[in-house]
Amino acid sequence: MSEVGLTGVVKRYGAVTALAGVDLTVPAGALTAVLGPSGCGKTTLLRCLAGFERLDAGEIRVDGRTVAGGGRHVPAHRRRIAVVPQEGALFPHLSVAANVGYGLDRSARRGERVDEVLALVGLAGYGDRMPHQLSGGQQQRVAVARALAPRPSLVLLDEPFSALDAGLRAGLRHDIRAALRADGATGVLVTHDQGEALSVADRVVVLRTGRVVQAGTPSEVYREPADPWVAGFVGEAVLLPAVAEAGRAATPLGLLPIAGGVPDGPVTVLVRPEQVRVVPGGSSGAVAATVLRHDFHGHDALVALRLADGTRVTARVWDPGEPVPVGVEVAVAVAGAARAWPAQPSGAPVPAVMIG
Amino acid sequence: MTATTTGVGPARTGPARSGVPAGLRRLAPRPALLAASTAAVAVALVPLVYLGVRTAEAGADRIAAELWTSRVGLLALRSLALAAVVTAACVLIGVGAAWLVTRTDLPGRRLFAVLAALPLAVPTYIAAFAWVSTVDRLEGFWPAALVLTLCSYPYVFLPVAAALHGADPAQEEVSRSLGRGGWRTFTDVTLRQIRPATAAGALLVALYVLSDFGAVSILRADTFTRAIFIAFDLGFDRTGALVLSCVLVALTVLLLGGETLTRRRGARYARLGGARRPPLRLRLGAARWPALAALVGVAALALGVPAVSLARRLAAGVSRPGALTEVLAAAGNSLTFSLAGAALTMLLALPLGLLTARAPGPLATALDRLAYLAHALPGVVIGLSLIFFGITVAYPLYQTRWLLALAYATLFLPLAVGAVAGAAGQAPPGLEEVARSLGRGPWTVLRTVTLPLTLPGIGAGAALVFLTGMKELPATLLLRPTGTDTLATELWTNTAVGAYAAAAPYAALLVAISAVPTWLLVARSGLLEKEDRR
Repeated sequence: MSEVGLTGVVKRYGAVTALAGVDLTVPAGALTAVLGPSGCGKTTLLRCLAGFERLDAGEIRVDGRTVAGGGRHVPAHRRRIAVVPQEGALFPHLSVAANVGYGLDRSARRGERVDEVLALVGLAGYGDRMPHQLSGGQQQRVAVARALAPRPSLVLLDEPFSALDAGLRAGLRHDIRAALRADGATGVLVTHDQGEALSVADRVVVLRTGRVVQAGTPSEVYREPADPWVAGFVGEAVLLPAVAEAGRAATPLGLLPIAGGVPDGPVTVLVRPEQVRVVPGGSSGAVAATVLRHDFHGHDALVALRLADGTRVTARVWDPGEPVPVGVEVAVAVAGAARAWPAQPSGAPVPAVMIG
Repeated sequence: MTATTTGVGPARTGPARSGVPAGLRRLAPRPALLAASTAAVAVALVPLVYLGVRTAEAGADRIAAELWTSRVGLLALRSLALAAVVTAACVLIGVGAAWLVTRTDLPGRRLFAVLAALPLAVPTYIAAFAWVSTVDRLEGFWPAALVLTLCSYPYVFLPVAAALHGADPAQEEVSRSLGRGGWRTFTDVTLRQIRPATAAGALLVALYVLSDFGAVSILRADTFTRAIFIAFDLGFDRTGALVLSCVLVALTVLLLGGETLTRRRGARYARLGGARRPPLRLRLGAARWPALAALVGVAALALGVPAVSLARRLAAGVSRPGALTEVLAAAGNSLTFSLAGAALTMLLALPLGLLTARAPGPLATALDRLAYLAHALPGVVIGLSLIFFGITVAYPLYQTRWLLALAYATLFLPLAVGAVAGAAGQAPPGLEEVARSLGRGPWTVLRTVTLPLTLPGIGAGAALVFLTGMKELPATLLLRPTGTDTLATELWTNTAVGAYAAAAPYAALLVAISAVPTWLLVARSGLLEKEDRR
């Protein structure tokens, strides 16, 4: 178990700045997800950690020992930081057991460690297979076992589930989370999938254009996003312009209490769709809305609504039963407190979210 | 013709090396590899540079006198006409045969896939010799065109068959679903999918015809290569030979330039993920009989005639005593010359192949193109310039096997570069990074990951260069040490004096040996895979 710290890490490729001063702490024994849209620098961050790239500025420490920065560059093979690449990248000429034993020394290879980590990832008895005899998901499991085998200071997972189909992905990521935990490994998972980051990581670090915009537990990042962009990136968000006064904001959805402090004046208010409830007409604080669309998801449904002033909002309806007919007028109310940030100066748009 | 590489993980954006300015690093990643590649291309371009220098020495008046003659114009026209006729015929036969074996339910199509590729094992001078010894007084333009077509259509067949085999059937299915019939789908979708492969194959054929020496000599078709050889061999007319060589080089550059232009307009045809499905095969029905007859006819002309002719000559017996030891001596010389050539070629190809695979960019592309330029030069020209080079600059090399090895390296460098680049693709940088992240140092990674994955491909490239060297005739004729004969030169000498029976054993041995890399090419193209995986 090792703590990893980054201070002011900068990495440029020619005129492009991929990392613009990243400060980050990866706690020992936990899984930290680095979450961001395509091109935010998350893969560069991982390559800098692994030692495949040299820093242009800043410092990386593993257990207090500087591995990069200040003229030092510990080469990748001396860092004890193992990677699990996107496609697994198993050595095609080696058996599963030889792949897993690759990072072990000669005596350890004959010991029980290979079988132990294969069992951890649920592939006990697969040692004699060749990589091409495995399915995509199995290959990823072997890649994780191979990274865990030498007990590295840190395991880096580079979108390891992105090439797998959705059903397989959910099962695999929880198995791998369990394997990392059982082995006491410290992990960094790079991903653009906010569901993946929120569901498996102990900590989530949100990266945008080479900078950390927020770091915290998954629920902090979801409930208390640092800004409207993070709010929209980590989940469905209803963002409304409003005016705040004494801890309450006047919005098209009514007068809402604001969690946390915000100065009086124009603000941007965040309401999550699950806070928007369809209520019986005439309830106190309810406003009228017209149903525009009804997206059924099985366990819940997202209902698109238009308020009387034309504002569009989304409500998450649990156990929808019968679909709400499109065009019908309903009453909606907001449950719980909203988040708010001082409004951006007029004309400055919220940064667009790129999903890729 | 371009080497494609596959990579796992993110693209390498130039490893940072402290002390090297960022701009320079972007322009020239991997300085050591780049330097070695530049040196390799420089060596390969020695004959070309030397040709230019020596020709210029003759002076403008002399060059003009040699150049502006009706004979040069006639030679140029005839060479180009031969290239055009043979290329058109090869495209027709190559694409047709490829489509039949990959996209129809033709009976015995895997056998025909092998048969259609096998003429690659027959050097043109052996095919020409077989035809001349079968049909009396066969000579001139059209017989040369026939023999060259039969020998070189596999250059179109192999890439097109591989492209058809690998093409995404979904595109054709989409076209059908949008209301286009079978024939319009073939012309609008399938033919476009295989256009890059067809163009690359056609270019190879055209270059091959321009540089061919054996067939046109034996069939007495007057083209540049034959004229150059006669000018040099009979009259020691150096200036004439040099000027004719320069014109041939100019024609070659013209062809290469034309191909580059069409390539720029053609898009890259990427497959969008997903598993490969076997394409739907067209039911030929009654049409399969004419189709079969066509394939059998081509195989009979391309393979049957040489086989029967060689067998008849062999059965007639080797007339002179001691002939067997001569054949073995010639085979031994062929082997050692080709071995030296393959060794030197691989040495030069390694840095360039690694550079194109690992640090692609404008510089790597430029070096690769320059190497192709030397490859497209006819063996006669390479041989001639290296003779002058050996006499005046590198006399210790003259009359040794190393000058011949240099000629082979110049001629076959792109073959080896392609093999090295393809092999490097088998060990993508992502794999090496994983190995390093597991605590293995650079040398251990090289020994345990890179070499085990790349050696088979590099070895196959070396074998290909080695066996192509065995087939090479004109440069070998010009550069072999005096009194030393190889299979190819013995064959040529004997045919030149009409001693067909004496030539037959050399020819048979050469074809037998050349069949090995041909088989390798067919097997690697994936055409022989069992197709029913359902």
